Amino acid sequence: MSTLFSIVIDGVAYGMVLFTISVGLSVTMGLMRIVNLAHGGFALLGGAFTHWAMTGLGLPFLAAAPLAIAMVMLLSLPMERLLYRPIYKMGELQQVLATIGITFLIIASVNWWLGSTLQSIQLPAFMSGAVNLGLRTLPTQRVYVIIAGLLVICGLYILIERTRFGIKLRAAVDFPGTAACLGIDTSKIFLITFALGAGLAALGGILGAEILPIEAYYPLRYMVLFLTVVAVGGMGSITGSFLAALGLGILDTATRYLLPDFGTVFFYFAMILVLGIRPNGLLGKSLS
Amino acid sequence: MTGVGLKVRNLNKAFGGLVVARNITLDLAPGDRKALIGPNGAGKSTFTNLITGIIAPTSGEITLDGRDIRPMSESQRVKAGVAKTFQITTLFKALTVRENLRLPLLERRGWLGRLIRRADSYPEVEMEIDGLLKQFKLTHHAHTPVDRLAYGQQRLVEMAMTLALKPRILILDEPAAGVPSSESPLIMEAIAALPADLSVLIIEHDMNLVFKVAAKIIVLVAGAILMEGTPAEISADARVRDLYLGAHHD
Amino acid sequence: MSHTLKTALGVIALIALAAVGYFGLADNLAFMTQVVIMMIFVLSLDYVLGYAGISTLGHAAMFGTGAYAAAIFATSVSSDPILGILAGAVAGGAIALLSGFVLMRAHGLTLLMLSIAVTEVLHELANKYSGITGGADGLSFTPGPILGRFEFDFAGHIAYIYSVCLLLLVFIKLRVLTASPFGLAARGIRESQARMRAIGTPVYWRMLLIYTFGGAFAGVAGALSAQTTALVSLSVYDFQLSAGAVLMLILGGTGQLWGAILGTMVYMTVHQIASSVDPFNWLFIIGAMVLIVVYLVPNGLMALPALLLRWRRK
Ligand SMILES: Nc1ncnc2c1ncn2[C@@H]1O[C@H](COP(=O)(O)OP(=O)(O)O)[C@@H](O)[C@H]1O
Ligand SMILES: [Mg+2]
Repeated sequence: MSTLFSIVIDGVAYGMVLFTISVGLSVTMGLMRIVNLAHGGFALLGGAFTHWAMTGLGLPFLAAAPLAIAMVMLLSLPMERLLYRPIYKMGELQQVLATIGITFLIIASVNWWLGSTLQSIQLPAFMSGAVNLGLRTLPTQRVYVIIAGLLVICGLYILIERTRFGIKLRAAVDFPGTAACLGIDTSKIFLITFALGAGLAALGGILGAEILPIEAYYPLRYMVLFLTVVAVGGMGSITGSFLAALGLGILDTATRYLLPDFGTVFFYFAMILVLGIRPNGLLGKSLS
Repeated sequence: MTGVGLKVRNLNKAFGGLVVARNITLDLAPGDRKALIGPNGAGKSTFTNLITGIIAPTSGEITLDGRDIRPMSESQRVKAGVAKTFQITTLFKALTVRENLRLPLLERRGWLGRLIRRADSYPEVEMEIDGLLKQFKLTHHAHTPVDRLAYGQQRLVEMAMTLALKPRILILDEPAAGVPSSESPLIMEAIAALPADLSVLIIEHDMNLVFKVAAKIIVLVAGAILMEGTPAEISADARVRDLYLGAHHD
Repeated sequence: MSHTLKTALGVIALIALAAVGYFGLADNLAFMTQVVIMMIFVLSLDYVLGYAGISTLGHAAMFGTGAYAAAIFATSVSSDPILGILAGAVAGGAIALLSGFVLMRAHGLTLLMLSIAVTEVLHELANKYSGITGGADGLSFTPGPILGRFEFDFAGHIAYIYSVCLLLLVFIKLRVLTASPFGLAARGIRESQARMRAIGTPVYWRMLLIYTFGGAFAGVAGALSAQTTALVSLSVYDFQLSAGAVLMLILGGTGQLWGAILGTMVYMTVHQIASSVDPFNWLFIIGAMVLIVVYLVPNGLMALPALLLRWRRK
């Protein structure tokens, strides 16, 4: 019973981290129709900047994390314009090549700047330790992660459903050809969405540092993980990413607890199963 | 159902709530020359896709020589003799015109799975390519990748590739659309030169072409057949003139 | 120039290249053997991805299975290396066929992800069933003499010559295969699956066969890698191996066998030099090289001469 409880709490927290990191990837891939293997780089940078702001500048976590996210978003703007734009019109393979190249550069930069050791992020006292729920205790960090994940999805819901930007974004995802004709500035939408996705990835990287430790090779190590969430959820679907991240997070956690020597077999089997039955993912639309 | 040729009975198709084929019934006997006309979005291309098996109907029957072809895959239907040209040119873009023609010719003979001899070393295939190139005045462009051709010439390649399959039922989805008027006679000549026992269904907006080619015209509106008749009957019909001819007066 | 003549010249060029490597860089035979094996692997990928347009980031599945098959075959059936290569080819082809039943129905991101997933599952299974595969310790074995005469020597001369011979064989086979009607069909599938169906080709089954052939060639590369190092470890199923092969192929240029050879040579040479000059920051150089190629010569280094010509004319 207490194993089950741990699986659910850890699994949901893990799922929230996966969701926060991957949702931006899913939306940008659905919006710009590109294959982007470098997204994990923003999560790494978020974690790395936080570590640097806390150890180098001596900032407290609650100041360092927002600063890091802002820095990542700021950095993502020229990246979109200079590095990503030229590849939107290219083939899938060129996109694979280019974004692996970008991944390598991010890894090399972090490696050169901070070395290849683990970049720990010291959580403030109120976020570490355990909360007592009476019947049992659970790690406080997990609770914050879950709350943050829920806030992210609520925020995204409001952004997408209730704002003018959201309407334009949905139009651009659903009718890529028509949106431009309707006078929607798709290039600006791309830029904003890209930066938002990068910022969310940074947030996910910071929050998930206990589960997915921050080190230089992070974007390569977890590249497949984030892409799996996108593919299983369905490219371009926020709800799909949420369901996929939660499902895969819980499944992976359950396997670790119950059948540790099977590693990630079930994780990938689940992916093959879902994609075998629904080639466009849980909530993806057909692109044909 | 028995009888020779293609028979379509009560064919229905809906995309979600959008009904694009309503109880379509149509016969194509050997030697028939029929045209399918109708406003944009009437469901003409969808109808051709239902026949060739690109999409499956919601209900209804399609038989070829009395044989139900609905369970057949697209490629099986081609082997059975049903072929079509696409409204939007669909070619092997980076391949040369010769290679584009070589593929259907090898496939028709069942040789496209061969592994040893070079693809261009089959004399009977190469001769047939030469013939098609000549027929469509493409000999000069034989070694040009098709995406470097003018759009009109790409349409000709599309037509030549489909004829290379030697179909018994030929469906042409707007074959002259985008072809400059200087070259559209080539399309017309090619259609006129088709074997007499071939069944042809042509979808076309160019009424000159339709009237020259088709003995019977079927008018499709919102997925349903409005009427079927000879060119004279069709052009005399007020409804058709309002609905269709009027709308395309340019 | 006739096709046969071109193939013959290609073979001569490859032999010359191999000879330059053999006499010029004799201290680096082990590295060059690796380059040759990688060339075979990237050639097999080119057939699948370059010619038929089947995007995959999981080609290591076939490499790894071929490697394990060769090792297991050597320890349990016969240590003859040639038979071991055949075992690798059969195993690589079999795993491609099996996974292809699902993979060949997908395309785009889904196909990429499924191909990765298959490799990861094999990786985990190889780890789990360590009784057969040696698990994390790897599986070491002793290959017998080639053709019953040539023992693998410590300095790696035989291994290098043996690998070059297999590269030549694979190169010739692929030259024949890609020029055949079936090779033309592969290019047709890459250009337009819809049109291939419309000319009556059973596209799915053809793709399954193409993937199986490609898998068999990848299995050869894996088996060769196992034999020349006398060891198979779990790293044969690494994502990095699949991704690296794709990088090398696109770098050189897809859909032309020389692109695979050039891309492998350039990538592995740059990698080797960069990582020996600066073992910590070599990724800078690889990353920059990759980006420069994508932005300046998106069709790969093989397209460079034509591009330069066009610039000069301007
Ligand atoms: N795959 C599809 N999914 C949904 N709607 C479709 C699809 N294909 C066609 N349609 C719709 O069906 C209608 C008929 O299209 P089409 O057959 O192309 O018309 P036509 O060829 O007569 O111009 C159009 O409204 C079109 O938008
Ligand atoms: Mg149409």
